[in-house]
Amino acid sequence: MALAFDEYGRPFIILKEQEQKTRLRGLEAQKANISAGKAVARILRTSLGPKGMDKMLQSPDGDVTITNDGATILEQMDVDNQIAKLMVELSRSQDYEIGDGTTGVVVLAGALLEQAERLLERGIHPIRIAEGYEMASRIAVEHLEHIAQKFDFGPTNLEPLVQTCMTTLSSKIVNRCKRAMAEICVKAVLSVADLERKDVNLDLIKVEGKVGGKLEDTELIYGITVDKDMSHPQMPKQIEDAKIAILTCPFEPPKPKTKHKVDIDTVEKFQTLRQQEQKYFDDMVQKCKDVGATLVICQWGFDDEANHLLMHRNLPAVRWVGGVELELIAIATGGRIVPRFQELTPEKLGRAGLVREKSFGTTKDKMLYIEHCLNSRAVTIFIRGGNKMIIEETKRSIHDALCVARNLIRNNSIVYGGGSAETACSIAVETASDKYPGVEQYAIRAFADALDAVPMALAENSGLQPIETLSAVKSQQIKENNPHFGIDCNDVGTNDMREQNVFETLIGKQQQILLATQVVKMILKIDDVISPSDY
Amino acid sequence: MAIEKIFKDDATEEKGERARMSSFVGAIAITDLVKTTLGPKGMDKILQSTGRGHGVTVTNDGATILKSLHIDNPAAKVLIDISKVQDDEVGDGTTSVVVLAGELLREAEKLVASKIHPMTIISGYRMAAECARNALLQRVVDNKENAEKFKSDLMKIAKTTLSSKILSQDKEHFAQLAVEAVMRLKGSTNLEAIQIIKKPGGSLKDSFLDEGFILDKKIGLGQPKRIENAKILVANTAMDTDKVKIYGARVRVDSMSKVAEIEGAEKEKMREKVQKIIAHGINCFVNRQLIYNFPEELFADAGILAIEHADFDGIERLALVTGGEIASTFDNPESVKIGHCKLIEEIMIGEDKLIHFSGVEMGQACTIVLRGASHHVLDEAERSLHDALCVLSQTVNDTRVLLGGGWPEMVMAKEVDELARKTPGKKSHAIEAFSRALVAIPTIIADNAGLDSADLVAQLRAAHHTEGCNAGIDVISGSVGDMAELGISESFKVKQAVLLSATEAAEMILRVDEIITCAPRQREDRM
Repeated sequence: MALAFDEYGRPFIILKEQEQKTRLRGLEAQKANISAGKAVARILRTSLGPKGMDKMLQSPDGDVTITNDGATILEQMDVDNQIAKLMVELSRSQDYEIGDGTTGVVVLAGALLEQAERLLERGIHPIRIAEGYEMASRIAVEHLEHIAQKFDFGPTNLEPLVQTCMTTLSSKIVNRCKRAMAEICVKAVLSVADLERKDVNLDLIKVEGKVGGKLEDTELIYGITVDKDMSHPQMPKQIEDAKIAILTCPFEPPKPKTKHKVDIDTVEKFQTLRQQEQKYFDDMVQKCKDVGATLVICQWGFDDEANHLLMHRNLPAVRWVGGVELELIAIATGGRIVPRFQELTPEKLGRAGLVREKSFGTTKDKMLYIEHCLNSRAVTIFIRGGNKMIIEETKRSIHDALCVARNLIRNNSIVYGGGSAETACSIAVETASDKYPGVEQYAIRAFADALDAVPMALAENSGLQPIETLSAVKSQQIKENNPHFGIDCNDVGTNDMREQNVFETLIGKQQQILLATQVVKMILKIDDVISPSDY
Repeated sequence: MAIEKIFKDDATEEKGERARMSSFVGAIAITDLVKTTLGPKGMDKILQSTGRGHGVTVTNDGATILKSLHIDNPAAKVLIDISKVQDDEVGDGTTSVVVLAGELLREAEKLVASKIHPMTIISGYRMAAECARNALLQRVVDNKENAEKFKSDLMKIAKTTLSSKILSQDKEHFAQLAVEAVMRLKGSTNLEAIQIIKKPGGSLKDSFLDEGFILDKKIGLGQPKRIENAKILVANTAMDTDKVKIYGARVRVDSMSKVAEIEGAEKEKMREKVQKIIAHGINCFVNRQLIYNFPEELFADAGILAIEHADFDGIERLALVTGGEIASTFDNPESVKIGHCKLIEEIMIGEDKLIHFSGVEMGQACTIVLRGASHHVLDEAERSLHDALCVLSQTVNDTRVLLGGGWPEMVMAKEVDELARKTPGKKSHAIEAFSRALVAIPTIIADNAGLDSADLVAQLRAAHHTEGCNAGIDVISGSVGDMAELGISESFKVKQAVLLSATEAAEMILRVDEIITCAPRQREDRM
């Protein structure tokens, strides 16, 4: 490491323990960073598209995850390199913002970095490259808006939504029954969507999974499932027209928060206290009964005595229900969460058409279904599958599809998938590049090349000749002036994505381009890396 | 510029061919491990635990074997997982599912070596699995309408399941036991209601099904050992010094005499509680919690049989059989449902005393008492019986039945083969491979029985060429036989689950092209 010397020849110590740190500067630093970013992108590259492969990840505790969701792979990869961590962040922010396209964004960023490396070698200053990328990304985003199409859907015409969800799901392991899954997702999103405000609260959709059965058994439940059973084995297993009291107080004598002591020093006191205690239980159950509840859902446990009293008075009860589930139940049934028995009133009870207990398989697994709720806005997607890994992967896929459906409701513009949007953008950026004078022109052109990386990877993963296919698609797009041509991944026979019904959301694509450009700019601007060397 | 290391120190990354290779090797190794346990002549495995005591288990139940293995290979973990799920979901076929998945991967490995893309193999496998399932669906026999026939179907299934287990010597006997137990459940799949008590001693043949209910408990001292027309109160209540549950209450006294007074009051309280319980007009009281000496004495005085500390499942079952309700408060005796049974008596099995409830009202629950020479035998017998019970209870709900002995595999293989011939493109190789993997199962069954598998399977295949053939491998005589005549049946649900989960697992492993193993979490040495 270079040392600075003062006029007497003594070294300046600028960094603490300077000798033990490694330092990369200038071009070297940029190249190192770029190669780290590229390495991450290369891992994800093969997972892109409907024929993309999965990755198997073994966590530090030995658990196995099999997935091809970009965000999940990166999250579980446990990377050490700082630049690689930036890429992980990139994919995560795409996941939070849009929920889908997490692989694509990393592949794009990787391609941008690769192009930047070439430009750096030619001696172009990184800031000029960054600026050129910035301009190009603006052109691309505008062009996307230009080629985007609005499409109409309504409660009667769900087909476009289903098709878009199917595009998302087709790259996942669930693509065997993507049609059914897509329909489930769309129905779920629509039933919780607020179409006037164009907003969807995904918290209202609960995704539950239970091992066993097959993927086709996955179902949408207009209601809530709770992984609990009735507190007393002899309570009825099915309640119709249930009026539900939702309690957050235990069926136990009260425990005041102030410290206190009740001293027993005479026999009379002992006996009154005992009676008092019995009265407590009696009162609590009576109060629930009085307001007309036919089911009690409680966040806490019950005392044995309370349990029996409930059973005795024909008041089925569920105990130890988690806070989140309790809230969902309250939303779904239109009830209010009651923190004290004194505050129970008939208006605060939730209503549900049917509450039933269902058992699974040969083990003693039981779940409680609360269906036909007053307010059917809360729904549950209940996934079944051959093993734990499939269920986890399905959950992730469903999450992606839900996000896509939500984005479409927020903004119903779509672009066509299969790499067609990227190709169209690439053409637009390429043509626009000639108009820019100066060094940025090169960067803009490089950006156009980088955009080609996505369709190229798609073609490669589908077993097609990447360069031939891409150039054919490109020339077709220019010749017919039609931005709907993409890569025919599934061997359907046409590469018009409109015919294949392969859609992606406009905001998802725009976000991909913007996020990738931002991260690449950030990486390019780094020219000094100081890190503690290995022990 | 060398590529920077992006993972943590100990993390490893395997890519492309290497990754695929490592998962194939892992999966096939697991398959080879359990392969020899398949079929009626399959061998057992001894498992020694690494825990304290080095406990030994002898079993040929696939799920049990795999559960006890500590595996590092991620692909092998997938297989273990499917076997576990198969166990939870249908209870049997845990070995078959692993073997089939392994064979599918073995075939896939060959295809990959001949440059067929894994995605093509997957789509071929999917088509084949669908076709195989349809083939089975066409040939299922459903005897739901005919109760007599259905029962004989159940018997056959039970015998087939048991024949690969340690109980095969007495399979007739145990099949009878299992079928009767499951018929009592009347369609519910809650196997909790069937209690299995293991008592070493005697031989497996001495095992029996008890109509009533046996509780592994002793009767309190000085209480009657035999009660006729018992009225039973099942309770879950504290019968020790009942604490005051109001928060913060405590006893604080200033003299000895007051202690005595409070003690008296406590006793009084207990006495009252006992009186209330007695007022229900019962002559047997079963409690989940402890009964202290004092109340026990009171019960003895009243001539009531008091049983303490019955476990939770025990009282639930008892409530189920006697039709009583589990009570915790005793203030209104008229509305508490009390259970009934004709006779309660203490019986001896081997050395142990047990309490026997017979002549119960609702016969949903029952008890199977297993006898056997050693704990290992009993454990394995319990597992086998559990498998049989699981399969039967699932069959009661889904009454479709298939023939066994490699017959379903041959039927599927034939249909899949035909599909392969009709399918153009590379997929047909994959479909063909699927059929080969299916045929591997009867081959392994024959191999395990020491028969000439090549010859037998060829004969079988020829036999299956005729429509409506019932041929399968008769392991006992070592030839191809008519499965319908031999009475070898399997449940459709089990076969379907095997087929689907094996395909799913194989697909999942095939899709992987990169394995990233994170650095193992550093454990603190607590040596």
